[in-house]
Amino acid sequence: MKKVILKLDELSCPSCMVKINKAVAEIPGVTNSKVLFNASKVKLDLNEQQNSAQTVAKVVEDLGYQVLEIKEKELI
Amino acid sequence: MRFITKYKNIFALINGLLLILAGIFKLINLNIGTEWALIIAGIVGVVPIGMQAISALKIKVISIDVLVTIAVIGAILINEPVEAAVVTFLFLFGNYLEQKTLAKTRSAIKELAKITPKTALKIVDQQPQIVEIDEVEIGDQIQVNAGMQAPVDGEILYGDGYFNESAVTGESKFMNKSIGDSVFAGTSLENGSVIVKTGRVGEDTVFGKIVELVEDAQDDKSTQEQFIDHFSKYYTPIILLLAIVVGLITRNLQLAITILVLGCPGALVIGVPVSNVAGIGRGAKQGVLIKGGQVMSTFKKVDTMIFDKTGTLTVGRPAVTTVVNFNGEQKVALEMVAAVEQKVSHPLADAIVKFVAPTTDFMVNELMVIKGRGVAANVNKVKVLIGNQAMMREQQINVSEVMEKQLDNLSQNNQTVVIVAIDGVVRLIIGIKDVIRPEVAESLIKLRKLGIKRMVMLTGDTQISGEIIAKEARIDEIHGNLLPADKAEFIKQLQANGHKVAFVGDGINDSPSLKIAEIGIAMGNGTDVAIETSDVVLLKSDFGKLVESYRLSQRTVRNMYENIGIALGTVLLLFIGLWLGFIYMASGMLIHEISILIVVVNAMRLLSVSKNLTDINYLSTKIKYNK
Repeated sequence: MKKVILKLDELSCPSCMVKINKAVAEIPGVTNSKVLFNASKVKLDLNEQQNSAQTVAKVVEDLGYQVLEIKEKELI
Repeated sequence: MRFITKYKNIFALINGLLLILAGIFKLINLNIGTEWALIIAGIVGVVPIGMQAISALKIKVISIDVLVTIAVIGAILINEPVEAAVVTFLFLFGNYLEQKTLAKTRSAIKELAKITPKTALKIVDQQPQIVEIDEVEIGDQIQVNAGMQAPVDGEILYGDGYFNESAVTGESKFMNKSIGDSVFAGTSLENGSVIVKTGRVGEDTVFGKIVELVEDAQDDKSTQEQFIDHFSKYYTPIILLLAIVVGLITRNLQLAITILVLGCPGALVIGVPVSNVAGIGRGAKQGVLIKGGQVMSTFKKVDTMIFDKTGTLTVGRPAVTTVVNFNGEQKVALEMVAAVEQKVSHPLADAIVKFVAPTTDFMVNELMVIKGRGVAANVNKVKVLIGNQAMMREQQINVSEVMEKQLDNLSQNNQTVVIVAIDGVVRLIIGIKDVIRPEVAESLIKLRKLGIKRMVMLTGDTQISGEIIAKEARIDEIHGNLLPADKAEFIKQLQANGHKVAFVGDGINDSPSLKIAEIGIAMGNGTDVAIETSDVVLLKSDFGKLVESYRLSQRTVRNMYENIGIALGTVLLLFIGLWLGFIYMASGMLIHEISILIVVVNAMRLLSVSKNLTDINYLSTKIKYNK
């Protein structure tokens, strides 16, 4: 399991947040996902056997939001 | 898709230029030109909005974009190009302004996150090399030079210098650090140069945790926000349904699409989170960490405050409060004592050294610490004894009746007494006490004014020593001889009687109470434990910050309600306007966008530091609003 933090370009509408949240939560392997509206970040736990952080970032980008930075951290 | 959202502002610009062009055509009476410019403007404007609407519908969300898109397409179909063009322009331009103003409310936290350096001087083959902070790993050796900030948490391997730790403590005080001492990321080295062995990096550092906490706090939903979220989940579909029903009954497409635009919940969804982010940002800027909107709304309801004594109401370090001089010159005697105490590590010795500011004029020899008694030494070849009554008795020093009386007086006043004998004669009696924080009494008066009804001090110390502090702080209720578990039990009792309780402690040994109380407030302590267990962290050991945090939560919650009022009021007024017949699609959109800007600007008021929130005169003019 990995903890993944995506830093997005500034989010300005709360409905974007709902969109991203739903889309990310549906990706297989993603648990505990959370979109931080004000910090413009997505935080989630990822089972990397099912999907990679890049896949998650791609889903977010396909919704129309730019991913500026991907951070991954091993969960112990 | 990304292309379109990325260039949304360009779409808005083209849309706006086409509107101007339409105006010019109109002036020169080129009607066909006007019409086509407006139609193209409408289409250019609706593309980015429509794209977002589609992506929302894909995940079964009926967003504002969906309402606006339908309305604009409808307007073009019924040949109302002016409405279509103006509505899209206002919506896009409004979005742009919203983005800009939102960035402003978020700026306080951004500044905080920006403090840590992005690069580090890593020692590779004994040479410092600039590397990205992400490449630094635990155990790496990092060089920090004067004027730089420590990029990581760690331990000093070589060198020494003065650190300004305001980033983690909120206190701009210089700390001298040398080999073996801990260094925190975000603190800056004022002079000297050190090499640090990396212990923690990035989000794991103390400072990283503070930033993370503030970021999470901004997005933690208050009760008000949860209500609004719930509300808007049904609100937008209902507006859509209403428009369809009205359209079917009246067969008036124009009325139906006008309803879609007027019903947009713009200010409603942004109003509450924007107050929250501004309030938390304001706090963070001033060393008050409030863990989210939920905490804000609960804190505002608190009516009872419980205080720990040592380290919270008091400074937590003993200080010299009385010096009684008997024979000879006091200043020289004190300096001799300080010269000895400087070499001893003991809280009482530290208190004396701090009080006297030692000089280097004295030679101290044959220093001997006598456990449970005091210390003896030769200062400039004169025998100096510093200790308690037992020590004087054993050393056969004569303590007169007058002196005995002084000693009794001081002990009754809860002071620890130190007797100084120089060359066999008692010269000084020094009273040392843990003193109350200077701003406590005033702060408690302010808190009472702001609405705290009951204040209680709980202490592990004796009842009597508690009462002495309580009297100075003007707290009327005090309970002594309590273990941490007893304190927690006491809070439970209060809660059972319907009180909303905040517990103020130093965050180290009172974690049960901090957790149980509705609001746990840790004071003057940017440590991991304090950050994790409490709801409010006051980074600075300043009692005034407590008043500020309470006042801030009151103001923020009020701001949220104001914004909800503005948003709902706008929708209500718009529908009345529609019914009376002077509001249409474009004017409706204009008023909506204005209301969004009003709520954002209203939230920004929380950020303005010009007003001193805790000024007593200012407070008394404001109090009536909170009753």
